Amino acid sequence: MDRKGVDVLVGLFVLLGFAALIFLAMRAGNMSSSVGLNDTYSVSARFDNIGGLKPRAAVRSAGVVVGRVASVTLDSNSYEAVVLIDIDRRYRFPKDTSAKILTAGLLGEQYIGLEPGGDTAHLESGGRIALTQSAVVLENIIGQMLYSRAAEGDRK
Amino acid sequence: MIKGPARVLRATAEAVSRVGYGTRFFLRLCGLALAGLRRPRLVIDQIHFIGNHSLSIILVSGLLIGFVLGLQGYYTLRRYGSEEALGLLVTLSLVRELGPVVTALLFAGRAGTSLTAEVGLMKAGEQIDAMEMMAVDPVARVLAPRFAAALICMPLLAALFSALGVLGGYVVGVEMIGVDAGAFWSQMQGGVDWLLDVGNGVLKSVVFGFTVAFVALYVGYHAEATPEGVSRATTSTVVVASLAVLGLDFILTALMFSSN
Repeated sequence: MDRKGVDVLVGLFVLLGFAALIFLAMRAGNMSSSVGLNDTYSVSARFDNIGGLKPRAAVRSAGVVVGRVASVTLDSNSYEAVVLIDIDRRYRFPKDTSAKILTAGLLGEQYIGLEPGGDTAHLESGGRIALTQSAVVLENIIGQMLYSRAAEGDRK
Repeated sequence: MIKGPARVLRATAEAVSRVGYGTRFFLRLCGLALAGLRRPRLVIDQIHFIGNHSLSIILVSGLLIGFVLGLQGYYTLRRYGSEEALGLLVTLSLVRELGPVVTALLFAGRAGTSLTAEVGLMKAGEQIDAMEMMAVDPVARVLAPRFAAALICMPLLAALFSALGVLGGYVVGVEMIGVDAGAFWSQMQGGVDWLLDVGNGVLKSVVFGFTVAFVALYVGYHAEATPEGVSRATTSTVVVASLAVLGLDFILTALMFSSN
């Protein structure tokens, strides 16, 4: 085969390969959405129990994804979980916003739900969400139910 | 009495020196492949030979594996009422594991063997010796362009394999079985991280490219210069490269995906 033909075929092959990579990153992966989240500010929240929350979990407000969980660490003084959240700069939240750990579906992934309060001042970068509600741990609920049943039995 | 330990010692020294020689050969290939990029003509010819000619087998296998993943995944997920996660299952298994590994195995069978046989026959036909006589370094002239081309081809082929697999899973899952198309793609995008999953998959395929290309060229270059020697070398390329890829895959998976 002549030079030109080989060059064209190799060029086609390389282009196809890169197209496949871009397809995997943008269409199959989350590159298109995580690029949109590049410009973020970070706030922290403390929870008594985060359940199964993982880094990169979604942060939603009214069901819309507004950010991602950046990291989860344990404060060894208060034994609370410290969750750092990156929120898209397009979205501003009042200072008295509360954060809840919720579950998508009955046994789905856990995410953080933000409920805005009524304060006129906004959460700034490095700010802290004071009002938090821990994750619902299934075992605790079952335990409470068993205890309440036992207590009812005692009264009878 | 002394003979036994002495023989063991000599065998150990032999094995260790072989590892050392292999490492030296590998580093030399890497250096020469980098230098060889200054003569892109040779590399492009080899990309055509290795990459374009492997394209059909890679594309067809990717599509078929995607079909199978779509069917099998659907049967299992249906039990838990979560058919929508089919896209996520197909894509994660392809991007993380099957794409790089199966491509590397096919690549060893399709391109690795032909590299070994070609280099081995050059040696058997005394072409390598002739080059040395003319003061042309056969490692730089013959092996390095092939090494560079294999390194370039492998990640591209693995990406094509995964992409075709995802499309195959889509065809079976959405078009034939009737999983909701929106859920198929959105669950996939929600669960596949472009850096952690796709990026690590690409990294894996690069490592496998180094492995397969090195094994094929090393074995071919050191084949016995007889017809039987070349045929033995070709067989051992497939065996050694496949085992090395599968072993490395375990180590890489443990390193990359153990944290989450």
